[in-house]
Amino acid sequence: MTYTSKRPPLTESSDQLRARIPGWGADLDPKDRPSVPKLRWQEDRTGAHWEFPERQPERGRRERSIEHKFLTPVFGTSCPPRGLSGVLRRLSYRKYSEGRAAHWLLLLAADRVDAWEHHARSFLTLRPDNPITETGVLSEFSRHGVSSRLGKKRADVKHQMLDPVIVAGPWVAVGGLVFGTVRKVLRRSDAPGPRGARRRRSS
Amino acid sequence: MVYRGPYKVRAEEKDIPAIEHPNDAIVRVALAAICGSDLHLYHGMMPDTRVGMTFGHEFVGVVEDVGPDVRNLERGDRVMVPFNIFCGTCWYCARGLYSNCHNVNPNATAVGGIYGYSNTTGGYDGGQAEYVRVPFADVGPSVIPDWMDDEDAVLLTDALATGYFGAQLGDIVEGDVVVVFGAGPVGLYAAKSAWLMGAGRVIVIDHLEYRLAKARTFAHAETYNFTEYDDIVVHLKKITDHLGADVAIDAVGAEADGNLIQHVTSAKLKLQGGSPVALNWAIDSVRKGATISVMGAYGPIFSAVKFGDAFNKGLTLRMNQCPVKRQWPRLFEHVRNGYLKPSDIVTHRIPLEHIAEGYHIFSAKLDGCIKPLIVASSS
Repeated sequence: MTYTSKRPPLTESSDQLRARIPGWGADLDPKDRPSVPKLRWQEDRTGAHWEFPERQPERGRRERSIEHKFLTPVFGTSCPPRGLSGVLRRLSYRKYSEGRAAHWLLLLAADRVDAWEHHARSFLTLRPDNPITETGVLSEFSRHGVSSRLGKKRADVKHQMLDPVIVAGPWVAVGGLVFGTVRKVLRRSDAPGPRGARRRRSS
Repeated sequence: MVYRGPYKVRAEEKDIPAIEHPNDAIVRVALAAICGSDLHLYHGMMPDTRVGMTFGHEFVGVVEDVGPDVRNLERGDRVMVPFNIFCGTCWYCARGLYSNCHNVNPNATAVGGIYGYSNTTGGYDGGQAEYVRVPFADVGPSVIPDWMDDEDAVLLTDALATGYFGAQLGDIVEGDVVVVFGAGPVGLYAAKSAWLMGAGRVIVIDHLEYRLAKARTFAHAETYNFTEYDDIVVHLKKITDHLGADVAIDAVGAEADGNLIQHVTSAKLKLQGGSPVALNWAIDSVRKGATISVMGAYGPIFSAVKFGDAFNKGLTLRMNQCPVKRQWPRLFEHVRNGYLKPSDIVTHRIPLEHIAEGYHIFSAKLDGCIKPLIVASSS
């Protein structure tokens, strides 16, 4: 009972739980828990045979947090920064520490720019971005999209309605913009020269 | 697998990764998994997630090539690779905090190195691929024991280790009431692990009935669907004699679905780093002086966490990315003794070339999906 010193009773004793649940209490003693205590000196160094690792060669200028003293001896080389998104990313790393919101917000902005740079570039290749196949949305039909949601009391259904807008919205907007621009160009090329009057279809 | 922008991925040909450091290995992936935390990348929540990156931090495979300085692995070894990339000798690694290694992530000091998890965690390509570069091959990977199959091994590289670690951070003592928020893979494993540590009662909260059913059968847990209650916090108080739980484990992370406004402002509009509904429920539903273990993934951008409640209640908040390899010796014993059967939660096995469907199924929670594995084309 909470309002006195007594602990609320449990419905099952430890012995009953031990009988019912395989392994119950196997790690009852904190000494058997691998992450207790939090800091534990690792004598074996988990296989490392160096005090400080050999340095990975740096090909090109690798961006790094200004909170680091130097470039870490090992680093990933996936997707070096390039284009406008690369400029934003380098600026974020060069100017702001991890403690500044500007650092992260600039990186997020760069992510959006990066996506559109790649979408645009993909249309110059034989494999342009395809929001239908890349979102896997067709699995809605093959993997019970309706019955997975209908009558299931799911909390996420209400915001999932927004997903198509979030994902498809920019594509629709850009498509509309391209369509409008093309139509304008065609109309302009259809128009008469500077001295002529607008052509009319004769009825 | 290649990321093409928020909600978009595709299978694409890339160059086979090269040895870039004398202690690198190249692993031919046999089996990978999609993790719930991959969804934060997929949804565009994680800063510096670059188009062209290959995700995937849960994978097992066979050593294809080794750098000149590798001593502990040979070509042909069947290995499991922890999701953390770590050096073994920095200040943090020397004390067992492998997930906080200081020598592998130039992009940030606040997080270690992780395979396929944006440039914020070091810019390493991940294992949802046929081949992957494995830095510090002498330190991270382990040869998979003969008695363990790939499906169990791949779940030990993150999900099971993280759930088990989460239960440890709860500092559970015999008879504790433990509430786990989220019945995804990590939540299921955390609930199961809580019993190993002597919990007297394990409660799991979620909104997906099929996952709650799994929590009952796999993790022997008492379950509640939060959508059936006006206020899940009040309900949890009622069923614990108005005291609250002794321990809460947040196995949801930054994209909780419990609150539309928070979801829209964070996941959709990116005005905050996440919708920490589960964490706030955890803070509110435990007793005063309780411990909260945070295993759900949160990014570097601020979130609206109810810190004042945590302060006034005298709570202990414990959290970290799991130092996976530190968990393995004990977890191997538990798996071998039959206390844990990791692959029991696998629901889908998806070929790498259908990766976009895999992500959509997992993200949209279709088809009863709990844990999808990715089968590499080369395996």
